Amino acid sequence: MMDVQQSELKQDIAKVCMLAGKIMLQNGAETYRVEDTMNRIAASFHYPDANSFVTPTGIIFSIEGINTTRLYRIKDRGTDLYKVTLVNSLSRVISDGQLSVNEAYEKLKNIEENTDTYPIWLHVLSASIISGCFLIMFNGTWKDFIPAMLSGGFGYAINLYTHAMIKIRFLSEMFSSFVIAVVAFFLVANHYGTGLDVIIISSLMPLVPGVLITNAVRDLMAGDLVSGLSKGAESMLTALAMGVGVAIVFSIF
Amino acid sequence: MFNIERNRLIHGGIVGMVGWLLYYFLIEYHVNSLIAIVTASLVIGVISHIFAKKFKTPIIIFSVSGIIPLVPGGLAYDAMRHFVENDYNNAIQFATQTFLFSGAIGLGLILAEVFNQFLGKTHLANRIK
Repeated sequence: MMDVQQSELKQDIAKVCMLAGKIMLQNGAETYRVEDTMNRIAASFHYPDANSFVTPTGIIFSIEGINTTRLYRIKDRGTDLYKVTLVNSLSRVISDGQLSVNEAYEKLKNIEENTDTYPIWLHVLSASIISGCFLIMFNGTWKDFIPAMLSGGFGYAINLYTHAMIKIRFLSEMFSSFVIAVVAFFLVANHYGTGLDVIIISSLMPLVPGVLITNAVRDLMAGDLVSGLSKGAESMLTALAMGVGVAIVFSIF
Repeated sequence: MFNIERNRLIHGGIVGMVGWLLYYFLIEYHVNSLIAIVTASLVIGVISHIFAKKFKTPIIIFSVSGIIPLVPGGLAYDAMRHFVENDYNNAIQFATQTFLFSGAIGLGLILAEVFNQFLGKTHLANRIK
């Protein structure tokens, strides 16, 4: 009886670690942080010999003294740094020994299913403002501020919508870059805006994967070459998608 | 857009602002753009570390906000566009610049990591043993 309970407890600890790692990885944490968090959680439940192997596409986790190795496949990654922060604070709390295994699991499940802190319209609005501000940073004229805001916000909204429908990131980014270029072209052709190139570049900025690039660099620094290179490749794919999307518009018009 | 919680938004913005201002002023004084980027991202890295320790928040929140203005999005776009237009000469130039600028950001962050060691043990330092 005792043995069954013991092994169930061990499985639960492994489940908690995996869930924490999965949430962090799917929301844009660095690889070393994910591995570190998982190992710390295991250590705070008195299993200091944990091993985790984390790549952007999967997590493998095993604890010495527990007979299963867990594997979790990650199919899509997003960016939600709030969740990363929450899991980070939760792992601190767990390390202080203030939560039981079940409580930790409940809290993690809660974090995972929690909806975004900001509503979607705010995301789109921020994207518009970002596009406008980048226009100014790229030495565009103030006259082009509103056109940039329009194409940037609209393009970002299209990206969100298309990505929800077609799971392939490349296609949704290519399509939204296409839409951005079309809108910008349309605005400039009707004399609502002047610098076509600047408007397009600034409207594309919300789509540029900043977190991915930063993490790629940090992962390479930390020695996680697989993660670093794959995140770098993912950002290059995005750049390619954006370039192709815009080039199509340029070749049509 | 990265879903950073409300009370950390301003700090992220400040880091980004400081980093970009530094870059801008260095460029104005005709410093080589690569050196400017390395310096700016170094400062960003150090400030991010200080903020991370102070507010007990993962460093990535501040690092990312700091770096976004420096990321060579415009250059990457130009590179890809010239590639698709079969203008390979210009394309390779822009692509090389993009890589160099990205590498410079990375270098600045690495150097910041060294400084951060003096300010206290970092997550990364614990990793590399």
